[in-house]
Amino acid sequence: MSIIETRDLSFVYGIDTPFEKRAVNNVNIKIEQGEFIGIMGHTGSGKSTFVQMLNGLIKPTSGQVLLNGKDIWENPKEIRKVRFQVGMVFQYPEYQLFEETVYKDISFGPKNMGLTDSEIDKRVRDAARFVDLSGELLFKSPFDLSGGEKRRAAIAGVLAMDPDVLILDEPTAGLDPMGRDILLSQICQYHKQRKNTVLLVSHSMEDIARVSDKIMVMNKSNLEMFDKTKNVFSQNKHLEEIGLRVPQITKIMASLNEKGYDFSEGILTVEQAFAEILTKLNKEGKLW
Amino acid sequence: MVRDVTLGQYLPGNSLIHRMDARAKIVLLISFIVMIFCAFNFVSLALTAAVTILIVISSGIPLKMYLKSLKVIIFIVVITSVLNLFYGTGDPLWQWGFLKITWSGISRAIFVTIRIICLILATSALTFTTSPTNLTDALERLMKPLKVFHIKVHEIAMMMTIALRFIPTLLEETDKIMQAQKARGADMDSGNIIQRIKALIPVLIPLFVSSFRRAYELAMAMECRCYQGGEGRTKMKVLHMSAIDYIMIALMAVVLAGVIFCNIFFWELV
Repeated sequence: MSIIETRDLSFVYGIDTPFEKRAVNNVNIKIEQGEFIGIMGHTGSGKSTFVQMLNGLIKPTSGQVLLNGKDIWENPKEIRKVRFQVGMVFQYPEYQLFEETVYKDISFGPKNMGLTDSEIDKRVRDAARFVDLSGELLFKSPFDLSGGEKRRAAIAGVLAMDPDVLILDEPTAGLDPMGRDILLSQICQYHKQRKNTVLLVSHSMEDIARVSDKIMVMNKSNLEMFDKTKNVFSQNKHLEEIGLRVPQITKIMASLNEKGYDFSEGILTVEQAFAEILTKLNKEGKLW
Repeated sequence: MVRDVTLGQYLPGNSLIHRMDARAKIVLLISFIVMIFCAFNFVSLALTAAVTILIVISSGIPLKMYLKSLKVIIFIVVITSVLNLFYGTGDPLWQWGFLKITWSGISRAIFVTIRIICLILATSALTFTTSPTNLTDALERLMKPLKVFHIKVHEIAMMMTIALRFIPTLLEETDKIMQAQKARGADMDSGNIIQRIKALIPVLIPLFVSSFRRAYELAMAMECRCYQGGEGRTKMKVLHMSAIDYIMIALMAVVLAGVIFCNIFFWELV
């Protein structure tokens, strides 16, 4: 059984007003336990609306979201439980910090779950370790942290709920290159250790190519593609038509192939390309 | 969603009232409000109500919008009219303890209801048909004489413009923060009043913090564009009184005279 499944999921903003807008249109998708899914799409393609429906923050206009086979809106009073199972990190999550100390802020989620104090303490420390916030920072005011630290503290606030599915909406937006790399590898590590499902919305093809197993492409409210990362990024033309692109290195390798080389399709990272070229040269005996 | 706020929303259009000068509209609105409270009997009140309906129709705004803005104050209307119902003097028509209803109470209640409704409709007509920038520009111009008393008219107008400009932004921000805290299991829709107020803290603190951040950024951006108050500042769109405005002012004077006339000649109809 898929951990998340959507059936004809649609959402319309401002229904019955002159500002009516269809944001998500009949999306059918199945996400399996443990997958790392990248979600791409133009600004306004409906991806943020889509992910907010997955944890019941907004109610679909029509269609269903199934979590472990059960419709999440079956019992609207229980919707909070769904939010604990499907954790959501919004864009610029540092703007939602509010407590006196980082520790208290991270414990907000677990406290709402009604856990015992010792369990809360354990979860807060675990979450803080995942995002690499050291002990003394935990007792500082969140407003005294640096930008990157704030971001990580806010993400820890969601990790501390230990959700089965973690959704991150552009977690690296506005961070410097170093901060991006660190955060991304922390998310990866978290995914590997906990073996939970992660959905990452991002505009950076490089980021998505590096970490995800599968990619979901949204275009003008519709689900355009949903396939293995390699397969999606081998459709260069199609992606460019809808205003997206493939990672630079994938494009370079593709144009080398056009010029008569025969590198394998769907190379996604510089490291892969490096290895591929080395083996090629080695085979031809041109390396030394 | 907190976004469904109609009170004071500008709806672009090209009706007679849209084309009027904002200053004329404000002055006319003020005299209209005075007129509403000058109408002492049913004849003059009917005249006022008729003018209100004319304003509503000629503004070209869908009636639905006016009804929406009335919905916001329906509570106040009901409370005041019920209170007035029991405040009349004369022979009681119905009595229960110290509560009594008299003819004068009933007529007072009707008066108050019609007055408040006219008031809201006329004010909505102004805000529906005038863009916030024009409105504050006009206020700035109209308040200019206050400079004699060292009141910083331009600064007040600028503050109003900024406040109006940021209402939608803040609403959107509130929405976002609420969603984010709900995602962490914040429960805002249940519990008693104290629990509900407490549940707002995780929303209000980030909202305050980001408002201050925005204020600093805005101040910086204004300074980068060499803003230094109203001294020597010119307008891109200069307000302009046209024939419509003068005609409307004349009409208003006629109606006001009519109301006073009705007050005098039908005084026994109170």
